Amino acid sequence: MTDIQRRELDVIVIGAGGAGLRAAIEASAQGAKVGLICKSLLGKAHTVMAEGGAAAALANVRSEDNWRVHFRDTMRGGKMHNNWRMAQIHAQESPDRIIELESWGALFDRTEDGRINQRPFGGHTYARLAHVGDRTGLEMIRVLQDKGVHSGIEVFMECTVISIPTVGGGAAGALAYWRENGRFIFFSSKAVVLATGGIGKAWKITSNSWEYTGDGHALAYEAGAELIDMEFVQFHPTGMVWPPSVRGILVTEGVRGEGGVLRNSEGKRFMFDNVPDMFKGDYAESEAEADRWVTGDRVNNRRPPELLTRDVVARAILAEVQAGRGSPHGGAFLDISTKQSAEYIKKKLPSMYHQFKELAGVDITREAMEVGPTTHYVMGGVKVDAETQESTVPGLFAAGEVAGGMHGANRLGGNSLSDLLVFGRRAGAGAADFAKKNGAAPRVPDAEIEANIAEALAPFDREKGENPFEVQAALQEVMQNEAGIIREEATLKRALAGLEKLKQRAAKVGVTGNREYNPGWNTAIDLKSLLIVSEVVARSGLERTESRGAHSRLDHQASDPKQERMEIAIKKEGSEMQVVRRRQPDLPPDLKKIIEEGA
Amino acid sequence: MAQRSIGIFRGTREEWRIREFLVEVDQGMVVLDVVHRIQATQAPDLACRWNCKAGKCGSCSAEINGHPKLMCMTRMSDYPEDHPITITPMRAFPVIKDLVTNVSRGYEINQRLPFFQPREPDFPDGSWRMYQYEVERAQEFRKCIECFLCQNVCHVLRTHDKHQEFIGPAFLVRAAVYEMHPLDTADRSAYLRQEGGIGYCNITKCCTEVCPESIHITDNAIIPLKERVADRYYDPLRMLWRFFTGGK
Repeated sequence: MTDIQRRELDVIVIGAGGAGLRAAIEASAQGAKVGLICKSLLGKAHTVMAEGGAAAALANVRSEDNWRVHFRDTMRGGKMHNNWRMAQIHAQESPDRIIELESWGALFDRTEDGRINQRPFGGHTYARLAHVGDRTGLEMIRVLQDKGVHSGIEVFMECTVISIPTVGGGAAGALAYWRENGRFIFFSSKAVVLATGGIGKAWKITSNSWEYTGDGHALAYEAGAELIDMEFVQFHPTGMVWPPSVRGILVTEGVRGEGGVLRNSEGKRFMFDNVPDMFKGDYAESEAEADRWVTGDRVNNRRPPELLTRDVVARAILAEVQAGRGSPHGGAFLDISTKQSAEYIKKKLPSMYHQFKELAGVDITREAMEVGPTTHYVMGGVKVDAETQESTVPGLFAAGEVAGGMHGANRLGGNSLSDLLVFGRRAGAGAADFAKKNGAAPRVPDAEIEANIAEALAPFDREKGENPFEVQAALQEVMQNEAGIIREEATLKRALAGLEKLKQRAAKVGVTGNREYNPGWNTAIDLKSLLIVSEVVARSGLERTESRGAHSRLDHQASDPKQERMEIAIKKEGSEMQVVRRRQPDLPPDLKKIIEEGA
Repeated sequence: MAQRSIGIFRGTREEWRIREFLVEVDQGMVVLDVVHRIQATQAPDLACRWNCKAGKCGSCSAEINGHPKLMCMTRMSDYPEDHPITITPMRAFPVIKDLVTNVSRGYEINQRLPFFQPREPDFPDGSWRMYQYEVERAQEFRKCIECFLCQNVCHVLRTHDKHQEFIGPAFLVRAAVYEMHPLDTADRSAYLRQEGGIGYCNITKCCTEVCPESIHITDNAIIPLKERVADRYYDPLRMLWRFFTGGK
């Protein structure tokens, strides 16, 4: 057997963003011996990039708010496709998770009477996002990181998991390699929590980092778990568009939450013309009304239509560009300089100010930003049990972006940070409980581990092989062009054909140098996950012959009532992807009533 | 678009050289874009850390012509076209490979730093009242993205190699988060004086100058912490009291 390191733990958590850290803290609190494995250094996970805030019906700013309103907003924002039980748990538990974070040292911005302040955001009826300026994610990760390292969790940094072997159908641990030296380590564990985040690196224009290659989705798929809702990929309406090298970097929705407006090249606030029927009457109908809301009278005025859900705003910007009314570099103008003072902007949106100043030479306190849609988040993911976050594979749990169901067809801004806390905790508890009930971790045959290692090392035998960076760029091109914001049968079929060719190219990639901190090799390994998730997205997208939420079909532009709450699930059968359609359970009458009659 | 010559440190501290690359540079590119282009086209095994590419994660710290910078926030246009650019790893840290350094010591320090201890909640639901003016002081330190550029330029660490004796500006900032947290009740002065080695800092403010988040490290974090330690250990009356009572 190759010389590999071995570790035995009760629970391993893969990914150290908000969900992974919260899961690890919980599992440890329940007495489990916990290992936290992360692809980057601790504290660098994608959560640090979250800007706007964490949604929780604390009712500090608007006393009318409560979990029912939050639940209703979430379901409507998700176009009724959400797992209702997850949306309910999320709305009910997120206030407690935020207060708990405060007890661990979080310093949220305050209201005048000294409570946690909340800001308005797209799709939320009331000001609901607990925030710290525009760096809420950084605050969360630092608090969880410090809490975590003082909770006896063992952290394995710059360690990438490449497979989750199963024994008798259940998860039995994880095989990983250290980035620093390229050596392998096998974690034997009773339960595994996936908290690996998303898949945004499969597109060319993205707000996501190099880590977001869909590892958790692919690991779960290979282990036999079901993936659901993968056709729903969120394109955030506001990414930077200029200069080219920064294209895709996120511009927080907080800009609109603080009063920023969207205009086309003719100076028109086009969102007033883009209010979907479902939300008619919920938004301001004139610029004057929207302005009054921004300047403070939020009881007698409705919020600006710029705060519609992300799917709606992204499509509206795209439509303006396609109609020839875009900004010089193919976006729309986002302007807060005319609505708030320079001092206020710098205080509430400091990193946006800094980001535009440093990277684009634009002073957002004096001029408009140019923004356009950027790949941001995947609503779909591993199918999980709402209570425990266990997947369809025993002992395998998932929380955060890698889990599916909570956000339905479109996620509301701010619901992600609270999702991480609520379901991270539940996954940690679920995994610790599973570990307690089950004895020693099952033994994985050496031959299986050997085979996985051989596959990972194969690119070294092909020094003259294809360049992995080129294959990755080609994949991003395919997904950007054929499975982007607007899809149709023809483009999705082209995507599948393109991916088929890329699979063959990926099988021939070669790397030079040795295993020590070698980005070429690391990229070659990540290709496997990228190819799996891209194919799952294209197949799911093909299967859903309607437009709903973030999934927009040019050839099926309306939502089809018959496909409402129809779930598309994908699972590995032999070496094939098996696609299953099934109806989700109906909402219980009390929840249905909340949706229909208001909270 | 222009071709530029970029020198990059390749190897380890023991065995290294500056390798020159000729690269196409497009409008608006930052230094990290150029490193990525070199990886993708010329040197796929060139090691560098990065994550967010937006100045929020603090992963891509390096020295550009000897100046400590985040590569993702440094525009190529800041350097005249006829001027060579050389990128080297942070000098105060051991090199793992190329631009990647070993920053593990920081994680050890953080684990030993006495953690947050809140006072009893103000209300039965477990919540507290804190006012904006109270939280702002500590919020400044929470802007730290752990890029370690301050550690890199601190002469106690960089020149005198006191990594074992002095936790450095980044972790004094971390201690300051909790020391100046309105709810915290722990006393970190013993830790800061002994293990933290706060006395080593002689307030040259190099750390403050390089902080990409513009945290006033010296004025707002280190000096107040020094004052707390001085009050606790070097106040003449307290010293007399300790002398007669035999306390610490």
